[in-house]
Amino acid sequence: MSVKEYDEIHVIKKTAVVKGFRWRHKEQITAWFFTTPALVLLLLFLVLPFLVAVYFSFTNQRLLPGPLPVKFVGLSNYVQLLQDNVFQRALLNNFVFALVVVPVQTSLALTLALLVNQNIPGTKIFRTIYFSPVMTTLVVIAIVWSFLYNPGQGLINAFLYTISFGRLGPYQWLASPLLALPALMLLSIWQGVGYQMVIYLAGLQGISETLYEAAHIDGAGAWKCFFNVTLPQLRNTTIFVVVTTTILAFKLYTQVAVMTQGGPEDATMTMVFYTVTQGFNILQLGYASAISVIFFLIILVISILLRFVIREERAI
Amino acid sequence: MTDSKQKAWKISPVMPGQIRIYIRRTLIYILMTLLALFFLFPIVFMLVSSLKDNDGQLMADMGSIYAFIPYGHISLQNYINVFHLVPFSLYMFNSVFIVVCIVSSGLIVNSLIAYALARMQFAGRDILLVCIVGLIVVPFEAIAIPLLLVVNQLPWIDGSTTWLDSYHVQILPFIADTFSIYLFYQFFIGISKDFEEAALVDGAGRVRMYWQVFVPLARRPVVSVAILQCITHIGDFLWPVLVTRGDTYRPLMVGLQVFFGEAPIRWGPIMAFASMVTIPMLVVFLLFQRWFLRSVASSGIKG
Repeated sequence: MSVKEYDEIHVIKKTAVVKGFRWRHKEQITAWFFTTPALVLLLLFLVLPFLVAVYFSFTNQRLLPGPLPVKFVGLSNYVQLLQDNVFQRALLNNFVFALVVVPVQTSLALTLALLVNQNIPGTKIFRTIYFSPVMTTLVVIAIVWSFLYNPGQGLINAFLYTISFGRLGPYQWLASPLLALPALMLLSIWQGVGYQMVIYLAGLQGISETLYEAAHIDGAGAWKCFFNVTLPQLRNTTIFVVVTTTILAFKLYTQVAVMTQGGPEDATMTMVFYTVTQGFNILQLGYASAISVIFFLIILVISILLRFVIREERAI
Repeated sequence: MTDSKQKAWKISPVMPGQIRIYIRRTLIYILMTLLALFFLFPIVFMLVSSLKDNDGQLMADMGSIYAFIPYGHISLQNYINVFHLVPFSLYMFNSVFIVVCIVSSGLIVNSLIAYALARMQFAGRDILLVCIVGLIVVPFEAIAIPLLLVVNQLPWIDGSTTWLDSYHVQILPFIADTFSIYLFYQFFIGISKDFEEAALVDGAGRVRMYWQVFVPLARRPVVSVAILQCITHIGDFLWPVLVTRGDTYRPLMVGLQVFFGEAPIRWGPIMAFASMVTIPMLVVFLLFQRWFLRSVASSGIKG
């Protein structure tokens, strides 16, 4: 960086000797002219609401002005959250969702990437097919899958019934407290895995061919190659995929809003859905802000872990 | 004699190997085909169901293989009905208008700041860069409710005192995007000094340098950012639910969800609505597949 900076200053001096100070002054103004539009938008729509959320989480603010004056309530929103059964259930659901979806989606994405990365004809068509769910939006998918999960005539029950020769089903899926969350997991994986596959594909194509050649000379078979060359080389890609999938799992909202509304019996309640119910439907803005702050802290911890793990890799 | 022996010796170990490769390849194709069926069946189901204009047949078929076979009462009646039941064209216009505005103004605003951060000297640059990269982790979902309060109280140029139920409330908050800035920044920082020097010698100012040298060079990140933003914002749901009331400014996704939530549930038209949203997106993806996959891959190079 410092060499670059020196170069830049050098060039500027060389080409604008006479202008000198005035040029640099103008450069400052131009730079701020370039940064201002984005900066104003970010401050107004990202930083300000974030600060507002933190502030509100310590007040009893409501979305619309109510009869009670807004006042500072200290940590009482947070204390109330700790005792809130619905919030605990939402937190648990998000963790369970992440715990199942992250490993399944990541390994499936890697499997798909390995399959379409082979040097055999037709892989491009399969790559297109595996990616196509990404191009359908979550609302569309949630509606189509509600149809598939239909307990009476739905395709998924019929399929399970047929392949088990009548032993399995029919299940209630979205109406069952036990199966509703797994049902959402399945369609989320279906929709999201193609994206991660493409990221893994880029990772696979970045691995140098010489590493495989060296492994072959050492007499390593296909499995040994995979575990000793491919997986270690994909380390950073895997970390990235795991972290983004975890964050997506904690953002779970659309599927819930379209398909289950958090039910049955809070079985599909999530943090974001609960935030919206509290802030938008019940107008408890202070309380909703406290959930948002906790939600943000969880995402922050996940992201910091990512940085930490990657730094460690670079140090080695 | 020796010749044929040698031949046999040469061929025999090869043959089983070839057979093994052949079997392996067949198994791989079977596996890939099964996976392809898994990823395609809901889409095919949606498209086929949208063509069946008899709800009785649609319901009877949906639990069997017939769900995937267009037969019986096949017509575009469901599609026509969508236009009668909901203002589909309005929703479509709203969605396209909002996404086009976000993406086009986002490209300018985000690349401008990224250019300044990557190529210019100014006080506070390093701090600004750290802040913007740090802000990537703030999820929109965490600020949605407080942002709702902020936009609820902002005045607009037409004299109204709130931003709720408008186009700009769905556009302005998404123009500046920290991740897009980061993608542009990474690209600009890697461009050779020679381009800049040549422009400086020509007496070009910063604005001309940005517009005539850097923007034409940045075709790849421009396409990547545009595609990633399009995929993200066409599917936006949480925010439009919060800020739109009636049909006037409602985008496709909210329109579809409202239509889905109305009793009685009309499966045929719902599937037609879903198909009309999905088909254009799939067609655009198939036409520009290479760019799409490249953009998605570029979003992974991070950290």
